[in-house]
Amino acid sequence: MEEQFTISIFVNNKPGVLVRIAQTFARRGYNVASLVVSAAHDPQFSRMTIVVQGSPADFDQILRQLNKLVDVVHASHHESSDSVDREMALFKVEVSAERRSEVFQVVEVFRAKTVDITERSLIIETTGNSSKIDALERLLGTMGLVEMIRTGKLIMARGAAET
Amino acid sequence: MNGAQVVVAAFEREDVDFVFGYPGGACMPIFDALVDASKLKLVLVRHEQGGTHMADGYARATGKPGVVLVTSGPGATNTVTGLLTAQMDSVPLVVVTGQTMTVNLGKDAFQEADVFGVTMPVVKHSYLVKDVNDLPRVMKEAFHLASSGRPGPVLVDIPKDVQTAGCTADFPDEVDMPGYQVQTRCAPDDLQRTADLIMNSKRPLLYVGAGAVISQAGKQVRALAEKLGAPVTTTLLGKGAFPETHELSVGMLGMHGTAYANKTVVDCDLIMAIGARWDDRITGKVSAFCPDAVKIHIDIDPAEFGKIIQPDVSLQGDASLVLADLLPLVKSLKTKPWLTQIAKWKQRHPLKYPKRGGLRAQHILDELDRLTESRGVIATDVGQHQMWAAQFCKSCRERQWLSSGGAGTMGYGLPAALGAQFGCPDDLVIAVVGDGGFQMTQFELATAAIHKLPVKILVINNSYLGMVRQWQQLFFDNRESGVGMEGNPDFVKLAEAYGIKSFRIRRAGDITRVLKKALDYNAGPVLIDAVVVKADNVFPMIPSGAPVSDMLIEEPPPTTKLEKPVGST
Ligand SMILES: Cc1ncc(C[n+]2csc(CCOP(=O)(O)OP(=O)(O)O)c2C)c(N)n1
Ligand SMILES: [Mg+2]
Repeated sequence: MEEQFTISIFVNNKPGVLVRIAQTFARRGYNVASLVVSAAHDPQFSRMTIVVQGSPADFDQILRQLNKLVDVVHASHHESSDSVDREMALFKVEVSAERRSEVFQVVEVFRAKTVDITERSLIIETTGNSSKIDALERLLGTMGLVEMIRTGKLIMARGAAET
Repeated sequence: MNGAQVVVAAFEREDVDFVFGYPGGACMPIFDALVDASKLKLVLVRHEQGGTHMADGYARATGKPGVVLVTSGPGATNTVTGLLTAQMDSVPLVVVTGQTMTVNLGKDAFQEADVFGVTMPVVKHSYLVKDVNDLPRVMKEAFHLASSGRPGPVLVDIPKDVQTAGCTADFPDEVDMPGYQVQTRCAPDDLQRTADLIMNSKRPLLYVGAGAVISQAGKQVRALAEKLGAPVTTTLLGKGAFPETHELSVGMLGMHGTAYANKTVVDCDLIMAIGARWDDRITGKVSAFCPDAVKIHIDIDPAEFGKIIQPDVSLQGDASLVLADLLPLVKSLKTKPWLTQIAKWKQRHPLKYPKRGGLRAQHILDELDRLTESRGVIATDVGQHQMWAAQFCKSCRERQWLSSGGAGTMGYGLPAALGAQFGCPDDLVIAVVGDGGFQMTQFELATAAIHKLPVKILVINNSYLGMVRQWQQLFFDNRESGVGMEGNPDFVKLAEAYGIKSFRIRRAGDITRVLKKALDYNAGPVLIDAVVVKADNVFPMIPSGAPVSDMLIEEPPPTTKLEKPVGST
């Protein structure tokens, strides 16, 4: 059985780092579900949050292989209890002017935002944990959803712990 | 200084004495800078694969990183097999490749290859240097990475314009790599736990691999074995970390290991891996491997823990230091009954071979071991001859046995022997190669001849890709497919064409006389073409993927039908 794992990685901000990390997963048949990379507060380093899917039996080993990469300062596995996680998504919904209010109701309940509006479509923006976004996607799916893009999960360790 | 001079200065700072190189457009500035280098010698090889294996043999024999310098594109891609070979066996190499001009990168320029990308899965680390002022730091890091921790190959790809650009940066005094830390000593608690487990063992076994050789842990392994009264088995690459002539040695374990080593594995109640990684050639079927024995694993690379076998205790550190810390915590064990049992197995199932009915490789290697008193530095190729050499040529010290284990690279043996002879000019270096693999890098005979290296090249000539033929015979109903080596050249004449002295052995009666003559000849290389029986097989053998207890100690009768192995070939 495959499972999903969320990993945060603190790396040297150098060319090739991403490829080495991707290869570490690919070699073991892991699929990358989402990947976020950005410069860290100190621009010599980058932070990544990666959600991968694969066999739990191999996971510890993969984490060790990641930590072994020369450009990886540390890689660690996070559970939702020890970290805050957020994701952002944009949804494009095709909806006629008469039925917009139904969509607006959903937007309101989810504390999402409408960021673009034309005669026939809306773009909705939302931020939250992944399950909230999944739920919004399901609902909008019944209301004319035509496009969706998600940033992928970002995480940060709670309290004084380092991510 | 320009970039090319920085590279050469880095070599000199790192005490490099040989650069194994092959020139081309994209590395000409570095070749030019080498003209002025007085402390190091450029060895012009005949092929970049040969050069990479030569650097590898040099590194395994001396413990110092081997250095390779080649051009871009095909020059660089020719090193890939050598990089894999070194990566799999943790051999320190620094491979410098020339690259097309920075402005042309990614534009399919002449002899451009994305070498950084191509080699990424087969290196410990790699660099593409685009700013000449990074070069002093990169070169320093490359040598540090190659030779520290778990060693491995490091590749530095340098565009030609970076080689000619002026550099204003200095070499740093220290490396600063926040993502690279090497832990050499382990926690005292884990050591105490290990000691407690050992003191409860009645049938312990030390299982010693390449990590112990790299760490030069021979002294500590021996001290531990003697203090405990524990038998020691070595892997193919661990040969030499414990003298195979010692009474506590049970020789090599695994697929073609000794019967008594494998029986010791099956019956031990504690197995301690010292710089060994539970390779599939050792464990066979993993779930059936020592299921009830306590397992202790010493490794400098934490990614090895739990990769194949979940140890009861893992000790992360440098084998010699970990063992030195462990030694005071243990005492002598009452292993007399265990050692008596092992002595019986040794007596019942010695390594053996028929001395009649044609010339046998085993007979030659056994005699070679006797005549050289196990002093030779042996480099092998890959195949049956490799396994016979492992069985019959005893290793007594670290860095005396050079063989491609993890990658099993045919073509490794001859160039590796040359590299070893460059690094250890006073040692007796012997290449034991098969007729198949020898032809993959035989062109390096020229390198041997030019430098008058006194290597002894023993070609075990069975006119077959013998190891594959053995598998076809045993597991594929003897249906031979693509294994005959008809078309082999006359190896004696081939050697003569290079101006190399050569001999032939055809009969068992010639062995001693010819070997003595070859061993006495030191004015340059010498080749022996040993025309052995064609269809001999290596035993003992554990079919791949089978439990160790399924070992076939001797050749089964020809009518026996063996199942196709489940493990990888
Ligand atoms: C580069 C490479 N190609 C193929 C193989 C597969 N292989 C392993 S042993 C072997 C036969 C080697 O024949 P030879 O060198 O004559 O040695 P022998 O087994 O006859 O002693 C082959 C083809 C390999 N290990 N390496
Ligand atoms: Mg052969």
